[in-house]
Amino acid sequence: MNLTLKVWRQKNRNAPGHLAEYEARDIPVDASFLEMLDIVNERLIEKGEDPIAFDHDCREGICGMCSLTINGKPHGGKGGVTSCQLHMREFEDGQTIVIEPFRARAFPVAKDLAVDRSAFDRIIQGGGYISVRTGSAPEANAAPIAKDVADRAFAAAACIGCGACVAACKNASAMLFVAAKVTHLNSVPQGRPERDRRALGMVRAMDEAGFGNCTNQYECVAACPKQIPAEAIARLNRDFARASLKETLAG
Amino acid sequence: MKSLILAVLRFYASSIGKKIVVALSALGLLGFLVGHLAGNLLIFKGPDAINAYAAQLHDLGGLLWVARIGLLVLVGVHIAATLQLAAANRAARPQEYVVSATLRATRSSRLMVLSGLTILVFVIYHLLHFTVGNLHGFYDADGAYRLEDGRQNVYKMMVDGFRVWFNSGFYLLALGLLASHLSHGVSSLFQTLGLTTPRTRPLFRLAGWGFAVVICGGFASIPVAVLAGLLK
Repeated sequence: MNLTLKVWRQKNRNAPGHLAEYEARDIPVDASFLEMLDIVNERLIEKGEDPIAFDHDCREGICGMCSLTINGKPHGGKGGVTSCQLHMREFEDGQTIVIEPFRARAFPVAKDLAVDRSAFDRIIQGGGYISVRTGSAPEANAAPIAKDVADRAFAAAACIGCGACVAACKNASAMLFVAAKVTHLNSVPQGRPERDRRALGMVRAMDEAGFGNCTNQYECVAACPKQIPAEAIARLNRDFARASLKETLAG
Repeated sequence: MKSLILAVLRFYASSIGKKIVVALSALGLLGFLVGHLAGNLLIFKGPDAINAYAAQLHDLGGLLWVARIGLLVLVGVHIAATLQLAAANRAARPQEYVVSATLRATRSSRLMVLSGLTILVFVIYHLLHFTVGNLHGFYDADGAYRLEDGRQNVYKMMVDGFRVWFNSGFYLLALGLLASHLSHGVSSLFQTLGLTTPRTRPLFRLAGWGFAVVICGGFASIPVAVLAGLLK
């Protein structure tokens, strides 16, 4: 198939960017979106031009590295898939595809389509962990966890931290990411002792990183390749309110 | 005391803290809407009922001022926190998408600031019109809008007010936007306060729409009845 690509090219964080047009000819319909970009890049390299920079790693939808906004939709907007799992058969022959980076002040462009998502690392440092020694793994059945709690925690733990929620949000808010981590760790017994500290610490780190605020429009949920539900955000709001009340009154 | 104040300020400084303040102030304003509508609907019971209700409200004296100042604070806090959040939202994406798409956000949810600020303009107009009364000459010296006992003839104020097409027009426009604001706001409030669960989400969505339709339909029935000649 033949496509016209309009790709965001930007030399570095501070340089102004622009959309550059490329003809992508003879692309196999079975190619993934990233493989299509690989083919385009090989041709650019052959011509001695600078290849398009984009993030990728596992290419099987679980690492959270790929991060493209395709025709205004993070990961292409199919729901439940990452860009690397999106295939060219989803597009039509002759179509024009606009490819932009995930856009947010907290995700500065490193180059072209690759953005710096270390703001998420800083949020994790704010409380996305449990403070116990991480030596040998304990016997799994030693800590009984009810099935519904385990299911909820596991669904939230599916978050791969790709940042599509931020990219899709009208306000570039990271609430779904933070909500997934807080729901995951605050649900299970290993994480409960630090429940309040975690909710406060992660939300403050999120605010400091310059993300926007949630307006309950759930664009994030629609874009999330792991389909983290909006209830996670309600849970984060509840945990944050509870922790704030305790902190405010008890100190 | 100082540490308590600092802790409260720290809560307000956070993103979720401000949202909770917006949600709680909204809860108070929703209560006001219900009370205001219940009072207004007395117009359908006739002039005596609504005039007596208005007289009772005025007789509250100091308490009425407590309620008025309370409402003013709620409105002020609701708007100030929202505008701060909206400014932060704008700043969070300095470079817009060249091609942007909306996946599932409703039109109402995207118009919240616009609908809210239009409602604010309407509320100012509405207060000048009926409460201060200097747009329509309701409180002027010749006493056309006074009853024999010297009290305000609220019934006549409402009927004459709504007979003017642009008053009714602006009123209905504001109600349309209020319905839009409520349809997103009410269900959003439950989410922000952390009360929404997978099971209750559809209920709260429905409650938002139901509340919007009942409140705005109720208010709209009065100018519609006046324009249709049912209230004279």
